[in-house]
Amino acid sequence: MPSPPDPSRTAKKTAAQLLDLDFLENRAKVIDLAAFLDRLDRASDGPDAADADFRARELRRALAILLEDGPDRASRVLDALSDPTEEPIDAAPGKGATGAWPGKGGA
Amino acid sequence: MTYIDPHIHMVSRTTDDYQRMALAGCVAITEPAFWAGFDRSSPQGFYDYFTLLTSTEPARAAQYGIAHHCWICINPKEAEDPGFARDVLKLVPEFLDKPNVLGVGEIGLNKNSKNELAILEEQIAIAAKHNQLILVHTPHLEDKKKGTRLIMDAIEANASIDPGRVLIDHVEEHTVKMVLDRGFWAGMTLYPETKCTPKRAVDIFETHGTERLWINSAGDWGPSDPLAVPKCRQEMKRRGHDDATIDLISFGNPNAFLSQSPNFKTTLS
Repeated sequence: MPSPPDPSRTAKKTAAQLLDLDFLENRAKVIDLAAFLDRLDRASDGPDAADADFRARELRRALAILLEDGPDRASRVLDALSDPTEEPIDAAPGKGATGAWPGKGGA
Repeated sequence: MTYIDPHIHMVSRTTDDYQRMALAGCVAITEPAFWAGFDRSSPQGFYDYFTLLTSTEPARAAQYGIAHHCWICINPKEAEDPGFARDVLKLVPEFLDKPNVLGVGEIGLNKNSKNELAILEEQIAIAAKHNQLILVHTPHLEDKKKGTRLIMDAIEANASIDPGRVLIDHVEEHTVKMVLDRGFWAGMTLYPETKCTPKRAVDIFETHGTERLWINSAGDWGPSDPLAVPKCRQEMKRRGHDDATIDLISFGNPNAFLSQSPNFKTTLS
């Protein structure tokens, strides 16, 4: 369990004030995510096709973190989507990044 | 209000952006050498780019009362060919003597390859030899955490580099603590999708404090916003932070780090 946040570094606003500021924006983001998962289910190559892609699998794994207890959810989501290895690779396979780690051996 | 945007690629932006930034209170910017969206075909292409950073952009910025500075290097995206990269590195010392150059940057890693790491180590050595500040690019997305560790290890392997003279940029929630814990400065880049939004940047300094942290737009040719710094100031105010804290993050901290170079000034200086 991650340690609780330093009380001296809490937000300046109360929970109700933070909800007043940002609830609607985050409500919209949750619905967007739900709609995206629905869209993947409606993919032209069938509802199971997305699960063959590491990005969809890793996104579902990251989503589960949102409902876990404890602070640092953003850090834990980023960790879940990161390359966990430690050594430099032999050669760059290209320039881009996908946003999720495909595992050793690539996608 | 006044602010500094310590990381923005104005070569990719229009003159209208300079005007909008000036209207929003920008008094100084720093522009790291970066990948222009395509691989340059010769070292001469870099020579021309470095000339643009040290002569054309300062003149363009001055028309709007903004002090322009830059950093010189070969970026990690063009460092996978070590022979080519070393030819470019031969050009760097000449430009380190230009009056608007603050140091070596943005050096770092992109895909965390052995060749990228070798060229990074050579650029750290150039910075040490010429007593220059360092601005570090950390990798994107899934490569960031591993790359940030490798970069800090490489810098610490050079005993003559003071971490207080190194800014590790593009930190996010999973990398900011390790950067600050090892004595480096940390930059939060405000991007709409791929780095840190203004709301998350405020969360990060609420959680980790304001010491050795700054914000920047890293505005370039991709999805980015040259007004990201004043928009983050607005978010800080919305979240109840006082003017002193807002000024510290967006002016005082970058001013303190960058003033370690005698070449740094703002139009307030």
